[in-house]
Amino acid sequence: MSVIIQSLSRNKFYNWVYKNLFSSWVNTIMTIIAVIFVYEIGTFFLNWAIFNADFRTNFQGELITDRTFCSKNISPGEYGACWAIIYARWDQFMYGLYPIEETWRVNITYALLPLAIIGILFDKLPYRKLFIYFTFLFPFIAYFMLYGGPGLSTVGTNKWGGLLVTLFLGVTGIGLAFPLSILLALGRRSKMPIIKSLCVVFIEFIRGVPLITLLFTANVMLPLFLPDGVNPDNLLRALVAVTLFQSAYMAEAIRGGLQAIPKGHIEAADALGLTYWQTTRKIILPQALKIAIPPIVNTCIGLFKDTSLVLIIGLFDLLGIGRAALADMTWTKLYYEVYVFISLVFFIFCFGMSRYSLYLEKKLKTDNS
Amino acid sequence: MQTSLIRKIIFDEKSRSLLIQTLVIGLFAIFIYLIAQQTAYNLEKRGISSGFDFLNISAGYDISIRLIPFTSEDTHLRAYFVGLLNTLMIAVCGCILATILGFLVGIIRLSSNWLFRNIAYVYVEFTRNVPVLLQIILYYSILLSLPKIKQAFPIFNTFYLSNRGLFSPSPIFKEGFSIVFYSFIIAIIFTIFLKRFLKRKQEQTGNQYPIFFINSAIIIFTPILFYYIMGMPLEFDHPVLKGFNFKGGMVIRPEFLGMLFGLSIYTAAFISETVRSGIISVSKGQREASQALGLKSSFVMRLIIIPQALRVIIPPLTSQYLNLTKNSSLGIAIGYADLVHGFGGISLNQTGRAIEIMLIVMLTYLSISLIISLSMNIYNKSVQFKGNA
Repeated sequence: MSVIIQSLSRNKFYNWVYKNLFSSWVNTIMTIIAVIFVYEIGTFFLNWAIFNADFRTNFQGELITDRTFCSKNISPGEYGACWAIIYARWDQFMYGLYPIEETWRVNITYALLPLAIIGILFDKLPYRKLFIYFTFLFPFIAYFMLYGGPGLSTVGTNKWGGLLVTLFLGVTGIGLAFPLSILLALGRRSKMPIIKSLCVVFIEFIRGVPLITLLFTANVMLPLFLPDGVNPDNLLRALVAVTLFQSAYMAEAIRGGLQAIPKGHIEAADALGLTYWQTTRKIILPQALKIAIPPIVNTCIGLFKDTSLVLIIGLFDLLGIGRAALADMTWTKLYYEVYVFISLVFFIFCFGMSRYSLYLEKKLKTDNS
Repeated sequence: MQTSLIRKIIFDEKSRSLLIQTLVIGLFAIFIYLIAQQTAYNLEKRGISSGFDFLNISAGYDISIRLIPFTSEDTHLRAYFVGLLNTLMIAVCGCILATILGFLVGIIRLSSNWLFRNIAYVYVEFTRNVPVLLQIILYYSILLSLPKIKQAFPIFNTFYLSNRGLFSPSPIFKEGFSIVFYSFIIAIIFTIFLKRFLKRKQEQTGNQYPIFFINSAIIIFTPILFYYIMGMPLEFDHPVLKGFNFKGGMVIRPEFLGMLFGLSIYTAAFISETVRSGIISVSKGQREASQALGLKSSFVMRLIIIPQALRVIIPPLTSQYLNLTKNSSLGIAIGYADLVHGFGGISLNQTGRAIEIMLIVMLTYLSISLIISLSMNIYNKSVQFKGNA
């Protein structure tokens, strides 16, 4: 019996290899080229990043405290990456200049964040309602934990940095943009010409200009627009720009969902005597948002990556902290270590989101057919 | 009577929508008025003057990357045009490179070879999930870690790669080269008419002509012919290492190369996905039917698959071009002198006219975006399915 199974599986394996790698002589040559390519790149990268790399200590066993201790700087040409810079700057990458004794507050917020998001992401979660309540509660908890309040010392946003700023801008920007984008999308499909044209002009304007100009505008011009007493700090200014930017893109994603709903649904709701808001809330939005989730997630990935632009207006997000670390004379010139590390962090978040979007697309397909 | 009027306003759709819109526009006007007043007050308080007269003041800074001559005595207006040209240059070069790379990767993604397919897949996932700004900075720092000018890396002994950029020979157009150039243009126009003529002839008689072969021969050989007739009016100025720098030739600076690589490698990942989904969207039956009709496989691709795939590819491709153009504003991070870096950054800091300058920059990007989407819409219409479907 087992012999048969073995031969079958071997057969399958041979078939697969033949079909995918050696089906013709062109294919065979391609396979050989690809194997050499993968081998060369792979060994180069692995040697650089792992096998020949320093982590906390160099090849002489000394703890690396600045770049002169890196193996590659002691005996050039033999050794690879020097990851000690990441260890040395770990706190800054995670929290920025947040006071070290207060970082537990950030850690708690980081730990609660998945709990706040999970309720939105999975609709078959047990006790989902509780999670959703927590989602609405979370901004207040996060504000209290991060900024401070009764019982906790205040930590100004100028001390925030690294992953904290990246996540803050990404999550808050998306959270605030969501309701705004629904209004914009509904407004764009409104029958009232003035409201419609206002929404169209807003959306198309924001989509037509680069985010960096919006960030500049918010940074330079927001203080000019506002009365004397009100002076939002840099992070808040960036948040305004990011939110407006994201809401325009998200509105377009939601509009796609709205357009996909058959007219009959709206007519049926009208015939039942539902008002506009009843129809919108109970009939249109639940369906439209469901269809629009994958494109919405895609805009979220885009926004998450675009938060790195705030370094240009002087905020220290993940990339900004990385550049600051490189500007420090003790660690300068370790570009690749820093950039590869930051890329990896962004990759993990963005790839995770894109996998989620794919999972949803698959689920929606089976749901509808 | 009065209650019925209120009832009418609330329950009648037309009057209600009129009311809401008046309210909205009223609130909007008040909002704008308040902001304008506050801004005027703030500007006065800070002693910032306004107006567009600054455009005629001399800029006082130098721009290293420029397509038109610029010195620090030139005006801010000229700085604007230098920046605009740099933005357009990186956008056009980036779009071309991204399209080529994107189509290549998109086709490799559909290759029958498992390894090739997955190498392309890894490339796509790794480039599109990492911020483009990070990639630009990364490629720029790689370019800066190239050998110094003294040890510049020669390519075919004509190009030299160093941390100051790519040094390459610059063409010198001598008298008569314009005729060669015009002959090239005329050859292209002629081939378009020839193609139409031969197509019509083919429809009438059924004879096939090697249109592609004839036309490429015309386009290639006409300029070469004129080049020799005019006595070879083109020479190259080769870069030669003298002292600490290269003399002669021209240099493609690392800022430009970093932007070019960053933008096109990033955008190509997105383009490859649209290309892949475009080709997949053409149903299998189309390929099988054309094979059953006895078409050669190159014809199947050219006449059946690609025209249908283009219909799906063009709209997302347009938005990728728009994204690339907007992302070209990131040059400020590595010092590429584009619109945002020079005019929107240095000019703004020198004159303090934030509102005017940001308005000009934003309107410029808006117009570029509009022009791209308009021209792509026209192209899109020409490839769309013609018929009643």
